[in-house]
Amino acid sequence: MEPVIKITDARKSYGTLEVLRGINLEVKKGEVVLIIGPSGSGKSTLLRSINRLENLDSGEILVEGKSVTDPKSDIRLIREEAGMVFQSFNLFPHLDCVGNIILSPMTVKGTPKAEAVENALNLLEKVGLRDKAASFPDQLSGGQQQRVAIARALAMNPRVMLFDEPTSALDPEMIKEVLDVMTDLAKEGMTMLVVSHEMGFARAAANRVVFMDQGEIIEESTPEEFFTRPKEERARRFLDHIL
Amino acid sequence: MARSSKNDQGQRPTITVSDGTLIPLKGDKGVLSAWNISFFGAAAILIALPLLKPEPYSRIIPFARDGIVVTLLVTLASIACALAIGLLAGLGRISHFKPVNLIATIYVEVIRGIPLLVQLFYIYYALPPLIKVAGLDRFIHLDGPSSAILAMSICYGAYMAEIFRAGLQSLPKGQMEAALALGMSRHQAMRKVILPQTIRVILPPIGNEFIALLKDSSLVSILAVSDLLRRGREFASTSFMYFESYTVVALVYLVMTLFFSRLVAMMEDKLRHHGTSH
Repeated sequence: MEPVIKITDARKSYGTLEVLRGINLEVKKGEVVLIIGPSGSGKSTLLRSINRLENLDSGEILVEGKSVTDPKSDIRLIREEAGMVFQSFNLFPHLDCVGNIILSPMTVKGTPKAEAVENALNLLEKVGLRDKAASFPDQLSGGQQQRVAIARALAMNPRVMLFDEPTSALDPEMIKEVLDVMTDLAKEGMTMLVVSHEMGFARAAANRVVFMDQGEIIEESTPEEFFTRPKEERARRFLDHIL
Repeated sequence: MARSSKNDQGQRPTITVSDGTLIPLKGDKGVLSAWNISFFGAAAILIALPLLKPEPYSRIIPFARDGIVVTLLVTLASIACALAIGLLAGLGRISHFKPVNLIATIYVEVIRGIPLLVQLFYIYYALPPLIKVAGLDRFIHLDGPSSAILAMSICYGAYMAEIFRAGLQSLPKGQMEAALALGMSRHQAMRKVILPQTIRVILPPIGNEFIALLKDSSLVSILAVSDLLRRGREFASTSFMYFESYTVVALVYLVMTLFFSRLVAMMEDKLRHHGTSH
């Protein structure tokens, strides 16, 4: 079966700094892959290349067989298929929760408002925030905002969800509520690529852990194996730091 | 807060200027606020003068009235055009397309470097011969009011452009990224996500520009436009009552600017509390 995401020899530099040095990675349908690694290892750049928030210097990325890296392809169609969740939530502060969720389906897909609102309320129910439908982002905690951001991304019916350090900006007591939503999503069979250091989530939901350092993939294994018996020296040293 | 700590230690009063809490608030609360005194004071004098001293005030005020209408019309027409120009030029200033960016930047730099009065003279006196040479005088006819509105729109458009640019750039980068990641085009993201937020940020400076433009509109009196100042001057030069004429003119300007500044403050308040109350 064709992988949902196929990355071949992805390379990118900022000036003389090589942030991606020939990355190859495949994510199959229904797979949950966690990318882990020290800061500056290129994890976020790789993730952001998948919906072309960053442009690669060379290499190819296919999403559902469609090329992201070909400048001729309509990136908007690919972005609809790849929902993205950011570290800083990036909710639209001038709209309430429902407004945040329905904006893109109505603007991009032309979904009628009644249908979009009904879908939004169902998604809010799913992330446990049905009662916050009319709240504005600055009336919500960080964890609640991130859950709304997940609902907003799901409203476009994406084939794959990209998470860019979704819990890094959260207070410890709010991390669990976001991870729970992500774990539920994984159990439903959503294909997910997650940049995160959350070991609990990795153990509970991830099929595979990819360890990156200095723009390269150093090690790939199951969560259990990676966290208990890392093969590579660099991975061992990194785990010593975060555990 | 710093204010309470001053009284807690009654023995040795210390003044701690830590976060500005000791600076008196703007005098805009209560009945005797600066705004109330200025606005109602000026309005009361304007009403009282013709009653107490009908000659000449009961003649000056009706004479000036047509001028008020002209002043307001010129101001409103100019601000509307300046906003449209400012939005386009402001978007041009942040455009990634080099020629557009360059043109917008040159416009802003050049116009902001020339005094408004010179621009008014230029458009009213220097442009018509040029139009005639170009053979366009059958289509374009610049009389006093249209020259005035054109010049003020172009001038204030440049200042508005900088306000729009600053407002657009003040939003976090993540807003545009989030909109794009959801599949929106740049144009859709601009219209639905960026501009609605920008408007909240730029409303206070836009309001200030509006009031500045209202006052600057008195400059158009030199272009044979019968605005408030010109009407006052006309009355003064026929009656030789300079003090009385210009007193009325000054008071009417003051009432108008204070009225609009309060209106802008109220709009800001409403926008601030709508949805984003803390």
